Amino acid sequence: MASNKWITIKGTRDGLTLFMNDQCAWNELLEELEEILSTKHMAADEPLITVKIELGNRYVTNQQEQTLREVIRKHNKLVVDKIASNVILKEEALQWKEETDVNLHNKIIRSGQVLEINGDLLLVGDVNPGGKIVATGNIFVMGNLRGIAHAGADGNRDAVIAAAHMAPSQLRIAEVISRSPDADSEGVPMECGFIDSKGEQIVMDRISTIARSRPDLNAFERRVMNG
Amino acid sequence: MGEAIVITSGKGGVGKTTTTANLGTSLALLDKKVCLIDTDIGLRNLDVIMGLENRIIYDIVDVLEKRCKISQALIKDKRFDCLYLLPAAQTSDKSALTPEGMVEIIEELKPDYDYILIDCPAGIEQGYRNAVAGADKSIVVTTPEKSSVRDADRIIGLLEQEDMEPPHLIINRIRNHMVKNGDMLDVDEIIQVLSIDLLGIVADDDDVIKASNHGEPVAFQPNTRASIAYRNIARRILGESVPLLSLEEKVSFIDKVKKAFGIKK
Repeated sequence: MASNKWITIKGTRDGLTLFMNDQCAWNELLEELEEILSTKHMAADEPLITVKIELGNRYVTNQQEQTLREVIRKHNKLVVDKIASNVILKEEALQWKEETDVNLHNKIIRSGQVLEINGDLLLVGDVNPGGKIVATGNIFVMGNLRGIAHAGADGNRDAVIAAAHMAPSQLRIAEVISRSPDADSEGVPMECGFIDSKGEQIVMDRISTIARSRPDLNAFERRVMNG
Repeated sequence: MGEAIVITSGKGGVGKTTTTANLGTSLALLDKKVCLIDTDIGLRNLDVIMGLENRIIYDIVDVLEKRCKISQALIKDKRFDCLYLLPAAQTSDKSALTPEGMVEIIEELKPDYDYILIDCPAGIEQGYRNAVAGADKSIVVTTPEKSSVRDADRIIGLLEQEDMEPPHLIINRIRNHMVKNGDMLDVDEIIQVLSIDLLGIVADDDDVIKASNHGEPVAFQPNTRASIAYRNIARRILGESVPLLSLEEKVSFIDKVKKAFGIKK
C-alpha cells in the first residue's frame, strides 16, 4: 500500500500538523495513520512532540475522536494538542447560537424580580433596587442599573456588564462579586464592569474603553475562530 | 356597572387606609356612589377613620360565611347617603377570606355602585391576594422614603402580573422643607424609579391626623392642603385633568410685597 495517500504531515515550530483527507473512508484513514506512525520510529530521548490534526470538511463523532487520540497516544512521544474540523452538527451550531445570542428584553426588572437568560442580555429598561438579572454571557442595560447584575453566570470570566446608567447594588461576573461603595452615590453614565487583567476583581471603566480590554466581545465569532 | 379599585402599598403605615377613606369621601362629594371595603381582617382601621366603628354589626367574614346578607353588613356613612363601608372582621385572621370570596362580593356590589375602593392590608401574602383578586384597577401609595419606595416597586411588579390596568401612584406625606434640603426623595426621583403614572401627591399635613382621630376624613374639610390634594385625586380618577398642587407653603402678604420689590427672594 502506497503510504501517505490520505495523510499529509507538516512540521512546524510548534510540532507536527497532520492534514487528513476528508474524502476517503474513516477506516482507511485510521489504517494509514497506524502505518505512518509505526514506520516512523522515534528515538527514546527525543522530547514530546505535539500533534495538531486538521480534519478538513470531515465530521467526527466523540467516539471517533477518541479512537484518533488513542492511536496517536500509543506512540509515546506524540501528544494530541488539538483536533480541528471545519464542520459541526446543526444541533451544536444551534446550541452555540443560543449560548451566544443577544437576547433582547424590554421591561423593568422591579424589586424581587429575577431575569435569567442563556447568552448575552440586552435589557431595554431599568433594573430597580432589589431586582436581579443573570446571564451566561455579557449584560448590556439600556437604562438604569440599580439592582444586581450577574454576567458569565456559568463561569465565563471574560463577560462584561455595561449600563447606560450604572448605579448597581452589586455586580457579579463568574464567581467574582463586587458591591457599590457604602456612600450613597448617584451612579455613573455609560459605564462598564469587567474582571481586571490579573483576574482578581471587577474594575469599572467607561464603555468606550471596552474595545481595548475585550476586543473579542462577540462570543459567537470568537467561538467559530477557536473551534 | 362600577369600578373596583384596590389601594395598596406593600409597606405598612404609609397611609393606605387614610387614602381609602379620603378618596371615598372625595368621590362621594362629587356625587358618586361609593363603597369602601376593608380587607385588613384582624387589624381593621377604616371604620375608625370613618368614625363608624360603633355601628358595625356584621362584617365581611359574616357575609362570606352566609351569616348575613351583604346589605345588612354595609354601613351607611354619617355624612353622605352615597357612601358605604363594608367593615373587616376583627376576630378572625386573613385566612378567613379567599380571593374567590372577594370576587363574589365585589361582583355583587358592582351593579349598585360607581366606585368600590378596596383597602389592602400591608404585606404581599394572603391578605394582599384577597384584596387584589376582584379589582379592576390599582393605586399604589408610597411615601418619599427609600424603604417605602422599594416596597412599592415590589408591589408594582406583582400588580403587573395581575390581569388589570397598570397601577397608578400616589405619593403621600411629602414634607416640602425636607425635599428642598435633599433629605427626602423628591417626586421626580420616585417616578423615575417606579416609572408608573402619577395620580397625585399629598403633603404631610397635621390636619390629616387630627381629622382621622375625630373619625372624619380630612377631605371633608374645605381648604386644608391635604383635603384639596385628595379631592384633586378623586377628580383625576373621574378622568378630569387637574394640575398637581404646588408644595410651596403659603406665603404671607408682607413677603409677597417684599418679593415684588426685590427685597426678599
